[in-house]
Amino acid sequence: MQLAGPNGAGKTSLLRIIAGFAAPDEGDVFWRENSITKNYDDFARELLFIGHKTGVNAQLTAVENVRFWLQIQGYSNEQELYPLLAKIGLVGLEDVPVRSLSAGQQRRVALLRLWLNDAKLWILDEPFTALDKAGVAFLQDRFVSHLENGGAILLTTHQDLTTHFNDLQTVTLEYRH
Amino acid sequence: MIRQHSYLQLFSAVCKKDLQLAFRQRAEIVNPLLFFLIVITLFPLAIGPEPGLLARMAPGIIWVAALLSTMLGLDKIFRDDYHDGSLEQLIASSYPLPLTVLAKVFAHWLITGLPLVLMTPVFALLLNLDSQSLVATVLTLLLGTPLLSFIGAIGAGLTVGLQKGGILMSLLVLPLYIPVLIFATSAIDTSSMSLDYSGQLAILGAMLVVAIMSAPIAISSALKVSVS
Amino acid sequence: MWKWLHPYAKADRAYQLCNTLLPYFAVITVVCMVVGWIWGLAYAPADYQQKDSYRIIFIHVPSAILSMGAYSSMAIAAIVALVWQLRNAELAVIAIAPVGACATAIALITGAAWGKPMWGAWWVWDARLTSELILLFLYLGVLSLYHAFEDKKAAGRAASILAIVGVINLPIIHFSVEWWNTLHQGASITKFNTEAIDPSMFWPLMVNIVAFAAFVGTVTLIRLKNEILQREKHRPWVRQLIKRG
Repeated sequence: MQLAGPNGAGKTSLLRIIAGFAAPDEGDVFWRENSITKNYDDFARELLFIGHKTGVNAQLTAVENVRFWLQIQGYSNEQELYPLLAKIGLVGLEDVPVRSLSAGQQRRVALLRLWLNDAKLWILDEPFTALDKAGVAFLQDRFVSHLENGGAILLTTHQDLTTHFNDLQTVTLEYRH
Repeated sequence: MIRQHSYLQLFSAVCKKDLQLAFRQRAEIVNPLLFFLIVITLFPLAIGPEPGLLARMAPGIIWVAALLSTMLGLDKIFRDDYHDGSLEQLIASSYPLPLTVLAKVFAHWLITGLPLVLMTPVFALLLNLDSQSLVATVLTLLLGTPLLSFIGAIGAGLTVGLQKGGILMSLLVLPLYIPVLIFATSAIDTSSMSLDYSGQLAILGAMLVVAIMSAPIAISSALKVSVS
Repeated sequence: MWKWLHPYAKADRAYQLCNTLLPYFAVITVVCMVVGWIWGLAYAPADYQQKDSYRIIFIHVPSAILSMGAYSSMAIAAIVALVWQLRNAELAVIAIAPVGACATAIALITGAAWGKPMWGAWWVWDARLTSELILLFLYLGVLSLYHAFEDKKAAGRAASILAIVGVINLPIIHFSVEWWNTLHQGASITKFNTEAIDPSMFWPLMVNIVAFAAFVGTVTLIRLKNEILQREKHRPWVRQLIKRG
C-alpha cells in the first residue's frame, strides 16, 4: 500500500502513528484486531520500521550496525549478512564507518535489514531516497518477494510503483489546515 | 529465520555498542575526568590552601565535582540514538524498552562513573584527605554514581528531543540529586570522625535498588514522549 | 475510578464541571479570606514572645501547607493523565503547577520575612525552609520542561512524568534534608515552641488555611478552563461558546 500526497500532508506523521511512536489525537490503531497501544510487544514482533531517520549509527561500520540491529530484534542469522553485502554492493566497505559512505550507500546499509527479517508488516518512509536505478530495481524485487510470502508493505514514496505491483493500493492525503 | 529471545544478548549488545562508541571517541571518557580534576583544583585556589580546611571540605568538594562532571556526560546518553533513529528501532524492538534502557544506563556508568571512582584516590591527595575518609569516599561514589546515572537519565530522556536540552536537564536533575549528596557527604564526614557509617551506605544502597527497579520505567516513558 | 472519570475525558464536560465548581470555590475564598484576615490580623491576641510579628503565620502557614498540597494534587493529576491517558488531566497538571509555585514562593518570602525578626537573618538553612526551596525548584522544573516543548501534547506528558518522579522523590528529599539539618544544626537557630497553639490563634489560622485552599482551587479552575479552551479552540462547542459571548 502506498501513501501519497504533497509535502506536509502528514504522510510521515501517519506512518509514525501506525508504527506506534506517536499517539493519534482520536481513534486507535489495530493490528490483528488488537489495539497496538495495549499489545505493543506483539505488534512490534511483526513490524519492521525504517523511517526518515534510518537508525544507522554514523560512527559504526555497516556490519556493526546491522549486527546490532539483529541483536536488538532477537535474530541470530548473522551468517547471512556477508553474502548479502556483496549483493547490495557494499563489498570492501564493511569496515568503514558509515559516516564516510555516500548517501546512497548509507541508505543501502539501512535497507539491508529488509533481507534479514521475518516481519510481516514493513513500514517504510521514502525507502527509495538516494538510491540509484539499480538499487531501486533491486529493492522492488525484494518488495515483490515479500508480498509473495504473504507480507504487507506500507510505504511513502514519490516513485511510480504501478508498473511493478498490480495490486497496489494508493491512499492520497490532502493538505488541509 | 531463527528468532530467539535472550535478555542477556540484548543487554550485552546495547552495552557493547555504547562502549564501542565511547572508545572510538575517547574524549567522552577523558573530558568528564578532566573536568572533575579542574573543579577540584579550583577549590584550593578559591578558599585557600590550608590543609586542615581542605581536608574538612574535601568530601563536599569531591561530591559536588562528581555531580557536575556526571551531568556533563548525561546529555549524550540518548542524543545520538535520538538523532539517527536508533531510538525508534529500540522502541520497536521486540524486547521490553526498560531493559534496553537499563543496559544503556549501565554502559553510561561504566563510561563516566567508574573512571571517576577509580581516579578518586589520586584526586583525594590534592585535597589532603586521610585514608579513612578516602575509603568512605570511594565507597559512597561506588554506590552513588550509578544512582546519579539513573536519576540523570530520566532528565536526559525527557529533554533529548529538545533543541537546547542540556541546561534544562541540569535544572530538572540537580534537585533530585540532593539526597544522594547529603547521605554521601555525611558518610564521609562520619568516617573522618572514626565512627560507623554503614547506615548512610545502607541508605544509598537502598536508594540504588529502588532506582534500578523504577527509574528504567520512568526513562522508557520519557523516551517514548520524546520520540512521539 | 475509570467510571467516575470517564465522562470528564470529554473536554466540554470537563469545562462544564469547572464552571459548576468555580462559584463555590470563589465564594468560600472571599468569605474565608475576609473573615480570616480580619480575625487573624486585627483581633487575635499578640504572641507574648513574638509580639505582632507572629501574625505572618496567617499567610505563611497556609501557603506552606498548600504548596505541598498543590504538588500532591498535581502528581495525582499526572498519574491519572498517564494511566488513563486523559488529556484533560495533563491540562490540570499544567493548570496547578504555576499556582503551586506561587504558593511556594509566598511561603518562602513570608518565611524569610518572619526569619528576620526571629532569627536575625533573612535566610537560615532551616530544614523546612530548605525543603520548601527544593520544592520550588521541582515546580520550576515541571514548568520549564512544559514550556520547552513546542508540541503541547508531548509537553503535557513529559511534565506529568516529571511531576510523578518528583512526588516519589519529595519524601526522600524531605527526609534527607531534615536529617542533614539535625546533623548541622547551628546554635543560632532557636526552634519555635511547638506546644499546642492557643485556640484564639488556632481558629483564625484554620479559617485562613481553608481560604487559601479555596483560593488555590479557584485560580486552578480558572487556569484549567483557559487551557481547555485554548486546546479546543477549533472545536465546534468552543466556537458556539464564543458566539454566545
